[in-house]
Amino acid sequence: MTTSDLAVACRDVRKHFGGGEARVEALRGVDFSARFGELSFLVGPSGCGKTTLISIVAGLLDRTAGELAVLGSRMDDLSDTERVLFRRRNVGFVFQQYNLLPAFTAAENVAVPLLAAGVGRKEAVARGEELLARLGLGRRTKALPSTLSGGQQQRVALARALVHEPRLVVCDEPTAALDHASGEAVMELLARNAVQPDRAVIVVTHDSRVFRYAHSIARMDDGRIVEVTRPNGSSDPRGLQPVQEAVA
Amino acid sequence: MNFVALRMLTGDRAKYFGLVFAIAFCTFLLENQTSIFANILKRTASQILDVTDAEVWVMDPQTEYWEQTKALKDTDLTRVRGVPEVAWAVRLFKGNPVARTLEGKFAVSFLVGLDDATLAGAPRKMIMGSWERLREPDGVIVDQAGYTLLFPGEPLELGRTLEMNDHRVTIVGISDASAPFVSLPVMHARYSQAVNFLGRERAELSFIIARPAPGIDPKSLTARIEAQTGLRARTTEEFMWDCVNYYLRNTGIPVNFGITIAVALVVGTVVAGQTFYLFTVENLKQFGALKAMGVTNARLVGMILLQAGSVAGLGFALGTGMAATFFEITLHKLATRGIVLMWQCVALTGVCILFVVIVASILSIRRVLILEPAAVFRG
Repeated sequence: MTTSDLAVACRDVRKHFGGGEARVEALRGVDFSARFGELSFLVGPSGCGKTTLISIVAGLLDRTAGELAVLGSRMDDLSDTERVLFRRRNVGFVFQQYNLLPAFTAAENVAVPLLAAGVGRKEAVARGEELLARLGLGRRTKALPSTLSGGQQQRVALARALVHEPRLVVCDEPTAALDHASGEAVMELLARNAVQPDRAVIVVTHDSRVFRYAHSIARMDDGRIVEVTRPNGSSDPRGLQPVQEAVA
Repeated sequence: MNFVALRMLTGDRAKYFGLVFAIAFCTFLLENQTSIFANILKRTASQILDVTDAEVWVMDPQTEYWEQTKALKDTDLTRVRGVPEVAWAVRLFKGNPVARTLEGKFAVSFLVGLDDATLAGAPRKMIMGSWERLREPDGVIVDQAGYTLLFPGEPLELGRTLEMNDHRVTIVGISDASAPFVSLPVMHARYSQAVNFLGRERAELSFIIARPAPGIDPKSLTARIEAQTGLRARTTEEFMWDCVNYYLRNTGIPVNFGITIAVALVVGTVVAGQTFYLFTVENLKQFGALKAMGVTNARLVGMILLQAGSVAGLGFALGTGMAATFFEITLHKLATRGIVLMWQCVALTGVCILFVVIVASILSIRRVLILEPAAVFRG
């Protein structure tokens, strides 16, 4: 593995919330990396810090300490505005509760990241429709989220995360609100459509039924990565690469 | 993203219409109450404004407004006429005789006595007859509302008789005089007759109305008259405001209307502002998702302002339309004639609505700006 394989590299990342007696240590020195072309799973019990970690990795939250490089950029070097633009260009999100805009059709929801990037409405919606067709929702492009099943809504959310061709896709419990069959279908689509040589996908989940899709699984507990396994058998006990080397 | 903002706004029809109608009703209430208030106060000067021939009013220094006059001496008219730059000056009488019909119906009236020679100050908007017919013996002109009050349910007809202070008078014209502050018939007669219809007193000259010479500013003429005669001289507009201000200072009208207007403003602010604020709060999750996806704070502020502006614009237009319809309907009723939607009230309401929307927007924007995009992961 070379440093150029790494989309995300964290070392000794710490995060606490509050102060004094109310201080909560959410991350207690996390070393984590995610490679291009892979589905990296982040698993662990509720409250172990998974969501905090991906929030930091996605540039949504500031860390308290530690080093972090995402897609070759040190997040510290980016201003607030640059970080917003970085997210817009490079990061796609899939949320547990889908977070689709209820008044928008499926295609319009998919088009939102393109609209945010300044693409014209017609073109953005057309690209949304095209991607939905690839994800098997070609006949529901004009449907409102309320008329779609949970699995279909998550597929729309997946299309929204991919439509602007981000280099990093962050999924927070994408199957948690779905039944087994729908969850499988979503993971199947995620593995087939999201994973590309120049893209890394990080999936936060505690749904063990979908672990088989992972290229690597980092287990978290109490604010730390306690184990990294690679289901294909290769050994990578910590999955750690020096941040300095991960920065292009 | 304007498309996104507008679709977010209109997506939930119930909330959207709730917002628009909250602002529309707030607009309607404010425009309605302020216009009625302003028009009622303007009625205190209706008879002044109806005199279109003269631009300057001269009165006793103690006279404060139309209703309360202290009579001038006849020689005052000559003194006013002697002031340079006065093109002409004539007398005008104002009294409140009781008019009775032959059937026994009676009403206290406003009687305006016009200069016998010139009839200056005669009503120019006539519904039946002609103001020149005031030259006929014992002729009076009655306004339409007064006629209807004295002869309820009967068609307008000239030649009918009334009795005033034991004088039999004949209706020679029906005017469209502006409604007075209180709903009394407005009558016009020649000065020499009018003083008899009320009962002779030692001095009866209520006002002198005058016109400045060509090219002379009425305002400067009033100053000259006051300096030269010691009488009080006002332009028509100044005298109108004297009446309005008198009622504002000395009656409970402004307090009563003020309370209604304040309640409309507060209720409108609370309802419209809170509804819009809640709309934003309910959409925080969506704003959070947009923030996470890389929509800048500036763009989100723009979206909220666009939403607020759209709702305010539509609600204001709808409310103004409702108010205009209301006044269009009431304008044709005798009791509410002349009460119109004033552009000043529309502008004032617009400012109030803008204020409401700005406050609601600021609160909403604050919530969105302090929203951590990471919150979107918390479900």
